[in-house]
Amino acid sequence: MLKAVILIGGPQKGTRFRPLSFEVPKPLFPVAGVPMIQHHIEACTKVPSMKEIVLVGFYQPNEALSRFLVSAQQEFKIPIRYLQEYAALGTGGGIYHFRDQILSGSPEAFFVLNADVCSEFPLPEMLAFQQQRGDPHSFVMLGTTANRKQSLNYGCIVANMETCEVLHYVEKPSTFVSEIINCGIYLFTPAIFQHIGEVFQRTQQELLLGACLGEESPNGWQRAEVIRLEQDIFTALAGRGKLYVYKTDGFWSQIKSAGSAIYASRLYLSQYSQCHPERLAPNSPEGPTIRGNVYLHPTASIDRSAVLGPNVSIGKGVMVGAGVRVRESIILHGASLQDHTCVLNSIVGWDSTIGRWARVEGTPSDPNPNDPYAKIDSETLFRDGRLTPSITILGCNVTIPAEVVILNSIVLPHKELSRSFKNQIIL
Amino acid sequence: MKALILVGGYGTRLRPLTLSTPKPLVEFCNKPILLHQLEALRQAGVDHVILAVSYMSEVLEGAMRTQEQRLGIRISLSHEKEPLGTAGPLALARELLTESSEPFFVLNSDVICDFPFTDLVRFHKHHGKEGSIVVTKVEEPSKYGVVVCEAETGRIHRFVEKPQVFVSNKINAGMYIFNPSLLHRIQLRPTSIEKEIFPVMAQDAELYAMELQGFWMDIGQPKDFLTGMCMFLQSLRVQHPERLHAGPGFVGNVLVDPSAQIGENCTIGPNVTIGAGVVVEDGVRIKRCTILKGSRIRSHSWLESCIVGWLSSVGQWVRMENVTVLGEDVIVNDELYLNGANVLPHKSIAESVPEPRIIM
Ligand SMILES: Nc1nc2c(ncn2[C@@H]2O[C@H](COP(=O)(O)OP(=O)(O)OP(=O)(O)O)[C@@H](O)[C@H]2O)c(=O)[nH]1
Ligand SMILES: Nc1nc2c(ncn2[C@@H]2O[C@H](COP(=O)(O)OP(=O)(O)OP(=O)(O)O)[C@@H](O)[C@H]2O)c(=O)[nH]1
Ligand SMILES: [Mg+2]
Repeated sequence: MLKAVILIGGPQKGTRFRPLSFEVPKPLFPVAGVPMIQHHIEACTKVPSMKEIVLVGFYQPNEALSRFLVSAQQEFKIPIRYLQEYAALGTGGGIYHFRDQILSGSPEAFFVLNADVCSEFPLPEMLAFQQQRGDPHSFVMLGTTANRKQSLNYGCIVANMETCEVLHYVEKPSTFVSEIINCGIYLFTPAIFQHIGEVFQRTQQELLLGACLGEESPNGWQRAEVIRLEQDIFTALAGRGKLYVYKTDGFWSQIKSAGSAIYASRLYLSQYSQCHPERLAPNSPEGPTIRGNVYLHPTASIDRSAVLGPNVSIGKGVMVGAGVRVRESIILHGASLQDHTCVLNSIVGWDSTIGRWARVEGTPSDPNPNDPYAKIDSETLFRDGRLTPSITILGCNVTIPAEVVILNSIVLPHKELSRSFKNQIIL
Repeated sequence: MKALILVGGYGTRLRPLTLSTPKPLVEFCNKPILLHQLEALRQAGVDHVILAVSYMSEVLEGAMRTQEQRLGIRISLSHEKEPLGTAGPLALARELLTESSEPFFVLNSDVICDFPFTDLVRFHKHHGKEGSIVVTKVEEPSKYGVVVCEAETGRIHRFVEKPQVFVSNKINAGMYIFNPSLLHRIQLRPTSIEKEIFPVMAQDAELYAMELQGFWMDIGQPKDFLTGMCMFLQSLRVQHPERLHAGPGFVGNVLVDPSAQIGENCTIGPNVTIGAGVVVEDGVRIKRCTILKGSRIRSHSWLESCIVGWLSSVGQWVRMENVTVLGEDVIVNDELYLNGANVLPHKSIAESVPEPRIIM
């Protein structure tokens, strides 16, 4: 049997996703109409003999997460548990801490998936690849191709062209190493815990030694358990005949900034046309005009004179008035777009209201369309002290008056604006 | 009576509109700028208008022939080989202006107001001196040349260019009446009437100022053109409210040509002029704009403080604001945002203009 672990991080992570991560844990933010990690879960449940999915993170138990667990278990008919780290233990520390739980029932292997990626999740292919290798104890990481410049923002993999063995691994190098990058999706056997365990023992000894010598450990004792898969494990495993890369050409992106959520939505929506056509809104004589791929929650009320798409996701209970135009945007539940509004390249927060004839517009941060290997840049908000033009984000319960324009701006929750804003963060 | 209208300049400040149409023929509140003046002059008893032009325009000539017929007055074009400024053209038209011994009017072509020509004749005859000019009060006199005159009689003492301390809030409104004897003061060469002729006349105590009642605007540039439109429509509201458009979806003072079509669920106004044959589709919001003849505004667009040039097309969900001016036959694609764009004629726009700039 198989299991899967999804690394969901915690409240201190995902700061580039603010202000949206104030309202909902980032892994539950809706992408193409469903919570980000539901795409992971669905992919896992399609793997034969998948028996359990474990979410590991350091969020306090919360209602949103509990509700999600209940509904996802119902929908996918598979046990899904949340295991909470007592502190951020890193991408390797968490799974090591909970190794007994992960190994209970004796899975032959388990997947580990970063929550903040969007992907086709070629999990069956990774399994088949591992089996082909003939070594039941080898570990497989999913890799994809980036361009030289952007590869520096990722974990870089040098592999043997024939065997696909990982010969060298560097996390976010400062100079070019390889265009093959780590997708944050792994297939491990239980033997991985021996390798993590070795690292754990060694750091613990170093810390003990340091304490004997009277050195103040800056992070305290618990930090022996903080282990990063990338820097601490993969770098050591490279070149030892243990770690292999399975390269995919399927779609893949990180979801770091809010802008990348719109891009990820586009990727998943276009996947729906093959695997979930029922999730895409049809063009019908009674309904609004749909251009390209659009997700409409069944409870949303959309005037038939509205024009939506491409790449629009509209959440629960959203009200879209007459003559509204929405393109390349995510409208979160309870929001209301009044007549004739125009929303482009934006995320409209929960229960926000946009007045008549207002225009809410952002600048997309899409990857260069002429470079097949380009990834989305998830830059920080500021460059040279100036806000870089980005998508426009309205936090939860924001009110935009009629007839104004909000351009390339980020509006924090519960704000009632009274005029137009451009290129600003509105606190 | 006779009147000479100075229509010499190229109207560069009203580009891109004046790249397609001579400034006097650009419609202001659905009527060519020059017609506002011609009609008011005729009303005051003028039967011969001389247009002082420094460039020849067949379009202008043709239009004037039509107006001669329509208004039943004589219109002459006095064409100068080189620009003669604001006084030189009077010398060039000396023969026409001295056909009779009556005083004659001189006007700048791009001012708009409740033309006070009848009052001006009365005022001029009353003081009996060589010239009278109309002055109007402004809020910020330091931006203009001001006129200092005697409160009781209007006799002008002097002119002060851009005064740094307050001396007067009255400025030259660009409308004058003169006795033919004025022509002795002017040579046939480029001369500025404001700078070279008026100060001398003031010294000679031959120049009087009559204060204008009501609104006044120099509409020679787009921003002022729109401000002038607001003033003009407000005066229509007072004097001829029946000419303004009312009904559901119309707010404030709105002038709509009868041949224009307005869709459903629009909100138009305040201060909007919609020209002949214009089509405004459903769900459009327009305020403080002039939409010139034959243009189309597609559904759900939002326009404020814009001039849309003849035969242009503004796409759906377009937002245009901040003195955006479209020249003739401009196409703005759907969903764009134009902020203070100045678009030259026959241009198709496919990208937003988030900051004011000229689109060649
Ligand atoms: N359970 C758990 N998950 C974590 C922890 N740290 C990161 N993650 C998750 O692991 C995934 C990768 O996170 P990071 O390694 O921080 O991010 P990255 O991809 O290297 O990108 P950067 O943010 O640029 O460093 C994300 O889904 C995080 O939510 C942790 O301490 N515990
Ligand atoms: N005949 C004639 N009229 C002139 C001449 N210069 C200016 N005018 C007119 O005098 C009035 C005031 O001139 P300006 O305010 O400079 O306007 P303009 O030259 O038409 O337009 P801009 O190019 O935008 O400055 C306007 O009615 C002009 O048409 C000239 O050399 N000859
Ligand atoms: Mg990392």
